[in-house]
Amino acid sequence: MSTTTLTPTPTPTRRNRLSKGRLPRWAIPAVGLAALILGAAGSTLGGFSVASFLIYAALLFVVGATLATTAVEGRRQGTNSFFKYLVVGAFLLALIPLVSVLYTVLERGLPGMTSDFLFHSMNGMTGAVDNETVAAGTPVLGGAYHAVVGTLLITLCSTVISVPVGMLAAIYLVEYGQGKMLSRGITFFVDVMTGIPSIVAGLFAAALFGLMFGPSTRMGIVAAVALSVLMIPTVVRSTEEMLKIVPNELREASYALGVRKWRTITKVVIPTAISGIASGVTLAIARVIGETAPILVTAGLANSINFNVFSNWMATLPTFIYYQILNPTSPTNIDPSAQRAWAAALLLIIMVMVLNLGARLIARIFSPKTGR
Amino acid sequence: MSKRIDVSDLNVYYSKFRAVEDVNIKIDAKSVTAFIGPSGCGKSTFLRTLNRMHEVIPGATVEGKVLLDGDNLYDAGVDPVTVRSQIGMVFQRPNPFPTMSIRDNVLAGVKLNARRIGKSDADDLVESSLRGANLWNEVKDRLDKPGSGLSGGQQQRLCIARTIAVKPQVILMDEPCSALDPISTLAIEDLINEMKNDYTVVIVTHNMQQAARVSDKTAFFNIAGTGKPGKLIEFDETATIFNNPSVKATEDYVSGRFG
Ligand SMILES: Nc1ncnc2c1ncn2[C@@H]1O[C@H](COP(=O)(O)OP(=O)(O)OP(=O)(O)O)[C@@H](O)[C@H]1O
Ligand SMILES: [Mg+2]
Repeated sequence: MSTTTLTPTPTPTRRNRLSKGRLPRWAIPAVGLAALILGAAGSTLGGFSVASFLIYAALLFVVGATLATTAVEGRRQGTNSFFKYLVVGAFLLALIPLVSVLYTVLERGLPGMTSDFLFHSMNGMTGAVDNETVAAGTPVLGGAYHAVVGTLLITLCSTVISVPVGMLAAIYLVEYGQGKMLSRGITFFVDVMTGIPSIVAGLFAAALFGLMFGPSTRMGIVAAVALSVLMIPTVVRSTEEMLKIVPNELREASYALGVRKWRTITKVVIPTAISGIASGVTLAIARVIGETAPILVTAGLANSINFNVFSNWMATLPTFIYYQILNPTSPTNIDPSAQRAWAAALLLIIMVMVLNLGARLIARIFSPKTGR
Repeated sequence: MSKRIDVSDLNVYYSKFRAVEDVNIKIDAKSVTAFIGPSGCGKSTFLRTLNRMHEVIPGATVEGKVLLDGDNLYDAGVDPVTVRSQIGMVFQRPNPFPTMSIRDNVLAGVKLNARRIGKSDADDLVESSLRGANLWNEVKDRLDKPGSGLSGGQQQRLCIARTIAVKPQVILMDEPCSALDPISTLAIEDLINEMKNDYTVVIVTHNMQQAARVSDKTAFFNIAGTGKPGKLIEFDETATIFNNPSVKATEDYVSGRFG
């Protein structure tokens, strides 16, 4: 390992003076194994628990592996491996909540994922029905179809409102407004809007429509406006960042061909940035799809299917979950409601995942082509 | 298909800073004119005023006249877009559009302007432009592949093809070979030699041999010191500039005794 085999040296046994000592391959796994055993032993001393076992083992491993590396390979390599293990540890730590959330939601949500849940609303579901199913042990009736419809429609409407507004605002900021007062004002207010609590956005939309159509006007479009207030700043920000990194050379190349500014923007700048813009928009959607409070004050709550965002109350998945937990359909038998809530949570996570995959797909399709 | 350029009393500014002062120059049609001079003396700045690309930079302004066959580019009411479609430009760094195929890059000037063009006309235009840029044989089998997949020299020739596809009267080139190897450089120099049959070519270069090889006339720009504006020092036949210049600074510069 320490001699080079590329050039035949006169004395093949001579040690390469450039190389230093190296730990044999098995050393680190061996340290790991020892740490596991010692960790198990140590944790049984004070009453065994998985958490303390893992903590002991991890600490022992980091210390042991660092010491071993330092002893054989020198200080610099030792420090290097110490920080390497710390970074990996931090990564694993960050993974824990993510994995456990996914696991819990899957575990509790999967049993509720019946066709009844997916394709029926809560229309006509009363506490009596739930009591009966629990007593008879039959599958839970009633589902979240109306909430799925509501989520999709309201999110779609808010996307349709915010994407054009947000993108055009970003185009103004990057391509037209450099250094102007108006653009500095817009940037400032976009920053402020990013920090608006979602319930405030909900109240704003409710009040706006209240002024126009009379108090307590609740319908899907009001919720969509509330969500747009939350989405627009995100869309503006991400689009702005993406447009800024489009190299100026491309704009100049286009101008030099006698292409107008507006066509340069739509045909050269935006296509070059589209993949980033698409993922920014998806993140913005993912952010608002789980909003609860602004929906409650703008679209109210419904138990039946409503396809019309311009009239009557509407439910979305988050408000559905909220009410199933807070206000179970049958106050005496809350299990069916809890099951519906978890299934709805799972559905929401799946929707966000599909969105993310969709964004990647879009990014893949539109991104600048490389390769020959 | 080529026009002459007459510049009179041109001053070029970046906001308050005067980058180029009092240039008067007459560039003949169907000839190659080289701009040489030390770094920062305003060659690129001046070149970009010849097709109104200068004003793309915020705060950049121009005073004076640039006549294209007698019509002032800077008259009120002249649309810079018209000017740029007649006076094309090739940049120092190759910049093909990354979202477009080789074919679409060549057709960019047509397609981006939403001009209608039939399939066979488009094919002809692609072939003639790529042949004009000496690139046809290298890419004819992969016209639908992305332009960014070409080598640097090929990309630069693609940019030249893109520029000649809009059939300009004048082609401006800002150090077109500075990112290229000697063989690609040679290919582009040959190309420039051919191009002067059809176009008026203006080229900025730091390479004296290149200026001597390709140009009919050479303009030497110089700068008195940092923060001072660049000036046109001498403009003459290339042979005169290199062998028998009338200004001392020119002689120092071309013989490498500069600074
Ligand atoms: N965008 C800009 N804003 C402000 N000043 C600029 C800008 N571009 C160039 N300048 C200044 O204008 C002067 C001339 O620059 P220019 O790029 O025209 O020089 P050049 O002769 O092309 O140099 P080089 O040979 O290095 O390319 C320099 O002093 C430069 O700092
Ligand atoms: Mg330059």
